[in-house]
Amino acid sequence: MDRLPRWADVALVPLVSLFLAFVISALVILAIGQDPWEAITVMVQGSVMNAYGWGYTLYYATSFMFTGLAVCVAFHASMFNIGGEGQAQLGGLGVALACLFVPWPHWSLALIGAGLSAAAFGALWAAIPAWMQAKRGSHIVITTIMFNYIAASLLQYLLVNQLKPTGQADPASATFPEVTNLPALNDIPLINLVFTKAVPANITLFIALGMAVLVWVLLWHTRLGYQIRAFGKSEAGARYAGINPTFIIMVVMLISGGLAGLMAINNVMGEAERLLGNSASGAGFIGIAVALMGRNHPLGVVLAALLFGFLFQGGAELGLWTKIPIEMRIVVQGLVILFTGALDMMVRMLLVRIFALFRPRRMEAA
Amino acid sequence: MDYNTLLQILDSTLRLATPLMLACIAGLYSERAGVFDIGLEGKMLAAAMCAGAVAGITGSVWLGLLAGVGGSLIFAAIHGVTSITFRGNQLIAGVALNFLASGMTVLVAQALFGQGGRTPALTDGGRFQPVTLPFADSAAAVPVIGPFYAEVISGHSLPVYAAFAVVGITWWVLYRTRFGLRLRAVGENPAAVDTAGVSVTGLRFAAVAITGVLCGLAGAYMATALQAGFGKEMTAGRGYIALAALIFAKWRPVAAMWACLLFGFFQALALRPDVVEAVVQVKVPVPFLTALPYVLTVFVLAGFVGKAIPPRAGGQPYVKER
Repeated sequence: MDRLPRWADVALVPLVSLFLAFVISALVILAIGQDPWEAITVMVQGSVMNAYGWGYTLYYATSFMFTGLAVCVAFHASMFNIGGEGQAQLGGLGVALACLFVPWPHWSLALIGAGLSAAAFGALWAAIPAWMQAKRGSHIVITTIMFNYIAASLLQYLLVNQLKPTGQADPASATFPEVTNLPALNDIPLINLVFTKAVPANITLFIALGMAVLVWVLLWHTRLGYQIRAFGKSEAGARYAGINPTFIIMVVMLISGGLAGLMAINNVMGEAERLLGNSASGAGFIGIAVALMGRNHPLGVVLAALLFGFLFQGGAELGLWTKIPIEMRIVVQGLVILFTGALDMMVRMLLVRIFALFRPRRMEAA
Repeated sequence: MDYNTLLQILDSTLRLATPLMLACIAGLYSERAGVFDIGLEGKMLAAAMCAGAVAGITGSVWLGLLAGVGGSLIFAAIHGVTSITFRGNQLIAGVALNFLASGMTVLVAQALFGQGGRTPALTDGGRFQPVTLPFADSAAAVPVIGPFYAEVISGHSLPVYAAFAVVGITWWVLYRTRFGLRLRAVGENPAAVDTAGVSVTGLRFAAVAITGVLCGLAGAYMATALQAGFGKEMTAGRGYIALAALIFAKWRPVAAMWACLLFGFFQALALRPDVVEAVVQVKVPVPFLTALPYVLTVFVLAGFVGKAIPPRAGGQPYVKER
């Protein structure tokens, strides 16, 4: 098969995949008797046409950056970490414990403490599947799925039986002390000139962007990153070059779980300000779509996270203002994963055909 | 716990194990042929919605069943084309299909019925009715065995018995027929099957189609027998429990049946925390019982209860020429 030019491989393949996913989404909307044009107008209006909408889009995007980076790091070592959801929920537990039981003097210290705690809990939840993959050869995909369910049960138990304040009906922890509340974008000087109304997007956004830079540095500018990528390309080759597979699997999954867990400072600490059941609300799974769409590059992940932030906020608006159910965003998410993750070969074959059409003409000219 | 309570729990065990068993055997065909399928959940969900909708509109459970199988087959076809024809990542395709099913079922049900993503409650003709096995009433008088026969064995809907039949047939197909031998071979060493002049693609598509049919049965059972109609996310992770059971059973049909019965038993226990508390004398939180199948699977995967070795060529697309 002919090869595609590099620019087509990097940019055109994901864009064509995305285009196909959107075409099918539009057909789905038509099929249920609604108007796709109205849908896209409502989505754009409610998510990116004003600062308030951006406040939500950026809030969701922040969560997806963390989970997307988590999946992305693991992918580079050929590990498919599908357990971001459970790791993010455990991260939420870490945040809750840090915020409820430590008397923080200032939010900035609370942020560092809760962040470390969230990352540690997320990493711990990834460590067991990682150890099982490295030492017992059990498939990481299956174990991380199992751990998602175990996490859900564990949190349900902890919220109902341990963390719920007496007299409260809904299964949630107590509200965190006020000192741990993070500044939202509308509380930060200069930025509050844009965001005049209270928005959920908060200072965590900058941590997420910082993490993207760190992941980029780690993967392409450190010895460890080189080892991770070498291991991902060929385990046998990496082993021959003296790279310890157990070490790489453990480190990669700890980083991945830590990033997924870190997401909790955005939603649990920054927004809900208490731990709810199902706190990750699917962001762990969206991380898969984000990493695939972003071609496993931190910059791509950031852009894809913005796209999914738009889809998530726009989807919520759809549920509010149109007859299209909010579940439409899950359909789009599924289609994006299908086209960018599983059918990229089809898109590539299609593009190779199209490029081949133009090639003979160039040869005549030469 | 008295004998009657035990019988009640065993009775719900059979009912709850049925969708697990059907989905688990469904996964067995696909994975034995070398196509990993974590999209069992999505196929079941799609089938449940189609079955609930069609049974609701026509009032016929059999048309519902047919629609369920059809809906599941569409998803199986997408999975097949993606992972066999276009050699895509099978795991990612499965994840994508699960999301697609999760969203599409609600969208379609909402567009058809406008009841918040549910299908209308099914009445008599739209549901599978309990079958009373011969002599069940007269045998009930016999001590110990009689009530067991009347309560646990008899009185289930048709798909429950069908699920056990499927296990038996699958054992026979897998180990006693030419197709079964080839199916197992294509999951271990597709190149050898290809060299023998048998189409790898054809076999894998056949396996994926069988997976679709069985997931269709599982989903249709959920919507037309276990419950009366489709509800949002009604499969509630059963596709993953079935996957867990498949690994627990090391990809063998009869062992899969026992694994599903065990996991069904846990689900039945989770419905009766009072009984569990009475037996173990300690208050066991319900989430613990819910998590038990997953924890057990993790132990199996870790190799503490024998080693689970998947089909060797599983997850790898077959490339004929390099």
